[in-house]
Amino acid sequence: MASSSPSPAERFIAGILPENPIYRQLLGMCPTLAVTNSLKPALTMAIATTFVLLCANISISLIRPLLKPHLRILVFTLTIAAFVTIADRLLAAYLYEMSKQLGPYVPLIIVNCIIISRCEACASKQPLPHAIADAIGMGIGFTLALASLGFVRELLGMGSLFGHQVLPSSWPNWGILVLPPGAFLTLGALLGAVNAWTARRKAKQLSN
Amino acid sequence: MDTIISLFLIFIGAALINNFVLHYFVGICPFIGVSRRVDMAFGMGCAVTFVIAIAATLSWTLTFYILRPDAPLSAWLWKALGGNPDVSVDLSILSYIAYIFVIASSVQFVEMYVKKFFPALHRSFGIFLPLITTNCAILFACLEIMKNLQGGDQIWGLHHALALSVGGGIGFTIAIVIMAGLREELELCDVPKALKGPGIALLVAGILAMAFMGFTGVDRGVADAIRTLTHN
Repeated sequence: MASSSPSPAERFIAGILPENPIYRQLLGMCPTLAVTNSLKPALTMAIATTFVLLCANISISLIRPLLKPHLRILVFTLTIAAFVTIADRLLAAYLYEMSKQLGPYVPLIIVNCIIISRCEACASKQPLPHAIADAIGMGIGFTLALASLGFVRELLGMGSLFGHQVLPSSWPNWGILVLPPGAFLTLGALLGAVNAWTARRKAKQLSN
Repeated sequence: MDTIISLFLIFIGAALINNFVLHYFVGICPFIGVSRRVDMAFGMGCAVTFVIAIAATLSWTLTFYILRPDAPLSAWLWKALGGNPDVSVDLSILSYIAYIFVIASSVQFVEMYVKKFFPALHRSFGIFLPLITTNCAILFACLEIMKNLQGGDQIWGLHHALALSVGGGIGFTIAIVIMAGLREELELCDVPKALKGPGIALLVAGILAMAFMGFTGVDRGVADAIRTLTHN
């Protein structure tokens, strides 16, 4: 039993690195690339997405016995859309500037493939604890990925972190990293680095 | 004349200058995942353009008559049901759910149409056709239309909405076809092992995005050119 369906703890760990939604599964690329030109919007986006993912996973897991196969995707998207509306209104109420800066990318969480794929692969088949652990694990994995991208792009592109100057002013800002092409370049480079690191670790494990 | 220029600017803006894929990063999943063969990429682009035009028309109609603040139909219904006439009706909180419903049904419609009239194309698309529902480009177009119907300096008409959506669809097609052509060549290259697949695709996309940045400012130049031409 344990081998066929992983425990909540295993699901939680899986989301963080082994099945990281960005670096491993390449899901939800749209917000990843669009809002990571500095750390603050990247983290806000990650938290909003995690909130929606958690709520959607909980509700789907609870209504799991009622789901009809041919209607399930529609049910998923409508559930997600409802929670995204809540997240969007909350952001507009408490973090107005940030919600304006994120613009259309908050409602675009609805079509974020990570959430639909977690609803489909996990929440619609697993009981509540598994679904919650899975959502939190995936959420943390997504947050780490967005934070790493935002960190590199803000540090090298503007010499600052969270808006505070950290690199000496003699640092020539790599302006391209803050612009749209920089998103593609940074993610490509980080993806290569993560792949190289995992390959080396695997080789080491084999040689031991 | 001004209408034509503004339509043209919206169209060029969506297709080239602020390309949906390379500037707004919407529709990245098919861009990275599907674009391996040029003919498939072109078919996908056409399907997305078609769906985006239908979804934009429907969502413009919905937003203009029902969802936006003080929309005529919902205000009339509110008064007819005996609501307080001083209260303004605003259903825009329902817009996300309404849009996703509209998009899902237009994709279903397109799928039925393609299945009936182009069965070969339908077989070659396979799973990718229903996946257009989760293509951010379509929802993004709907959201842009909503933004321009809720006030601002100009309330968009249906023609503006169509210019944006068709321009966006064509921009998506251009980006995905160029990318597929590049990736066909990439297959023959000696790429470092860690970058194989999506890694190198993203780096190439970055260079492509830089190239597309060269279109910045084209809109103003073209608009000026049209104006001088029509004045002479």
